[in-house]
Amino acid sequence: MKDNILEMKDIFKVYPEGVIANRNVSMDVQENSIHALVGENGAGKSTLMKVLFGITPFQGGSIVYKGKEVSFSNPREAIAAGIGMVHQHLMLAPDLSVAENLILGMEPKKGKLFFDGDTAIKICREASEKFGLAVPPEKKIKDLPIGVRQRVEILKALARNAEILILDEPTAVLTPQETEVLFKTLDGLKKNGKTIIFITHKLSEVTRVADRITVMRDAKAITTRGMEGLDEDKIASLMVGRDISTKRITPPKNIGAAKLSVRNLRYTDEDGVEALKGVNLDIRAGEILGIAGVEGNGQSELAEIIAGLIEPDSGTITLDGKSLLHCTPRQVRELGIAHIPEDRMKNGVAEATTIEENLIVDRYYKKEYNTRGKLHWNFITEKSKELIAQFNILTKNSKTNVGFLSGGNIQKVVVARELSSNPEVIIASQPTRGVDIGSEELIHNLLKAARDEGKGVFLISADLDEVLKLSNRVVVFYNGQITAHFEDASTVRDVDLGPYMLGLKKEEAASGQMDS
Amino acid sequence: MDKWILKYFTLIRVMIALIIGVAVTILMIYLISEYPGESLKYFFTGPLVSKGRLFNILEMAAPMIFCGVAIALSFQADQFNLGAEGSFIIAAAVGTAFAVSTNMPAFIHIPLVLLVAGATGAAWSLIPGILKAKWKASELVSSLMMNYVALYLSLFLINSYFRDLDAGFLVSLRLPETALFTQFLPGTRMHFGIILAVIAALAAYYFLYHTTSGYEFRQTGYNKQFARFGGINIIKVIIMSQVLLGFVAGVGGVSEVMGIHGRFLWQGFPNYGWDGIIVAIIGRSHPILIIFSSLLLAYLRVGGQVLNLMGDVPAELVNVIQSLIILLITAEAFLGQWKYRITRRQAEKEEAAK
Repeated sequence: MKDNILEMKDIFKVYPEGVIANRNVSMDVQENSIHALVGENGAGKSTLMKVLFGITPFQGGSIVYKGKEVSFSNPREAIAAGIGMVHQHLMLAPDLSVAENLILGMEPKKGKLFFDGDTAIKICREASEKFGLAVPPEKKIKDLPIGVRQRVEILKALARNAEILILDEPTAVLTPQETEVLFKTLDGLKKNGKTIIFITHKLSEVTRVADRITVMRDAKAITTRGMEGLDEDKIASLMVGRDISTKRITPPKNIGAAKLSVRNLRYTDEDGVEALKGVNLDIRAGEILGIAGVEGNGQSELAEIIAGLIEPDSGTITLDGKSLLHCTPRQVRELGIAHIPEDRMKNGVAEATTIEENLIVDRYYKKEYNTRGKLHWNFITEKSKELIAQFNILTKNSKTNVGFLSGGNIQKVVVARELSSNPEVIIASQPTRGVDIGSEELIHNLLKAARDEGKGVFLISADLDEVLKLSNRVVVFYNGQITAHFEDASTVRDVDLGPYMLGLKKEEAASGQMDS
Repeated sequence: MDKWILKYFTLIRVMIALIIGVAVTILMIYLISEYPGESLKYFFTGPLVSKGRLFNILEMAAPMIFCGVAIALSFQADQFNLGAEGSFIIAAAVGTAFAVSTNMPAFIHIPLVLLVAGATGAAWSLIPGILKAKWKASELVSSLMMNYVALYLSLFLINSYFRDLDAGFLVSLRLPETALFTQFLPGTRMHFGIILAVIAALAAYYFLYHTTSGYEFRQTGYNKQFARFGGINIIKVIIMSQVLLGFVAGVGGVSEVMGIHGRFLWQGFPNYGWDGIIVAIIGRSHPILIIFSSLLLAYLRVGGQVLNLMGDVPAELVNVIQSLIILLITAEAFLGQWKYRITRRQAEKEEAAK
């Protein structure tokens, strides 16, 4: 039996908005092990680690690290004590080189004043060799693929003598192949004597690498134990408290003609980066077309162009033969496009106002909602209550501020608005990101129902499991282009998609176009 | 109790800020005054004891309400426009010029002068609106600069073309009787403009909370990206909010001339635009609350005047209170810890009830 390097006891944490994120959570981590911290989105995993790392204060409980009680008031103290954290959204300066990023905050100096670039590169090489993590010291971060960037972050923590390395959902941005490389790295680090805490909600990863596990649900720790006798199903039922279906949904029966057609779409963003390099695809009535791809390969831009939020350089988009180019967001909506945006807090809702006001933003100007500019508040309240019931939004009052709801319920407000507008085509961008499993299932079922009603659904998701669960057809995006098209998604596995997502393989003249 | 506090937290915060402001005032009067008891009486009850002073408060509040409502309209759409001052003065000048050079029966003259002034204020305010919408020029900076242009243009217009040479002061010609608001309460300067200010506040409230355009204003104010995503034309909202600001401030400017002075008599900023910002902040950009915050500020001002006149404390004391209150209201973190503790207690209680 190994010693515990870390013990967290009865951690209690409430956020200023009144959300309890950790409810007397305890966990202990053994030295020199890989410890998985699993739970649904919103279960409180990230919060627990933020508490440990000194990012956010906690109200109750204690942390014992290497036999001493500690409480870090900021990450600098945690780093000094030997704890390193790699965030889900990597925190690297994209315009600096790998070596420069690595030594940020502990720069070697020439004399007293000048930065010593050569020593920086030397430090980087040494660290790279010592921990067996290959990185190119002189390359700029922005020129590196995400997997390598992540390795730089890990190395950065190790170069600061981290004993415990916290990884917050490290695989969320990786392809299956890159994930495998990461796991080999982690195994290597363990052999080097390091302790790793690994946050995830993907169960296959847990069974693959973890020695011990802590399962969280509803802001509570359900168990902390060794992996003996646990398989994916058992962990899943611990995580959600009931059985969940990860089975693919039944394929659609009636697929119609192409509704939305995109041809030769090109777009250059404000920084001059070509985000879309000639994309062709069709979405047919009654189908779900999934877009797989690492985030930032042009999927978001495609969604925003279709929704009328940004103008493409060239190309055409038609819905039932009518062009959507140069249309305002309202005109696009009137033609029958609904859009669940990828960032709900930015585009999907105004959190400082009520559910009602959020539900009517695409329709307040319509005849039923006003007479010559006077809003019919009674009617709006009535309609909102119907939607709240129909979409199972958990709230006591339709006049509650959206900001007071949980992530899952906020997303349900967005989904309720978008699906109730009776659209022809639904663009669903990361529709279940950061929502609880119950809401996720509900949203999946709603998308399936929309499909069965003959609507075209365009699903963009960074979660391959989600893409494969829902889609009957899948295209893969890499670097602003479509690199593969799987007309029948029922036999496709995630590892089949990986090489295309990384641009290692590319189908000749791949497009999501359907011949009609 | 906790629930109630959370629900009305912003209102309570404003109240506590006011109480602290008043407490500090009392303390300062004690420190400065030779006979603090008397001074306190002058300051707090002085404005209330005579009919004249009581109506002084109302008169003084009217332009504050106009400018406060004007600014609230732009605040609600998340535009930080400081141009109420400029629109106020240039509309007063142009309105005066129009009134003295035309001659018609009162029932046409009054509304026409108001309209001309409102349109002038609106047109003036449109400039920063367009600059913002077209080139993303900060409306804060451009409207502030435009205030000076408005002031000197107004002075040029009045002093060069409409000056009353017989007055012995640098003031405009007197408005014809047909363009004046009658002062309807003998012994006071109560005029129709005061009622108009309240009507403006009520209309702004109705506009913001019960019309589709007002809905567009508020959603744009809450979250521009969301508004655009939902199909609202935010360029239209940005421009319209500035135009409405100018219109309301402009009507306020000319109604000061028509109701109180009878002529344009400013040679510098009257500062109602700034007062408007103060009452809009204290009133949380809510038109109805702005009526009350204007009355409060006017009450403090009159109290300061009485104190200045009768006691031994300068009227500038009011500026100190005013600044303190605004500081406390705008400091987001003020009482934040307290709110956090209550939120936490509430969360734990709901937890236990589960």
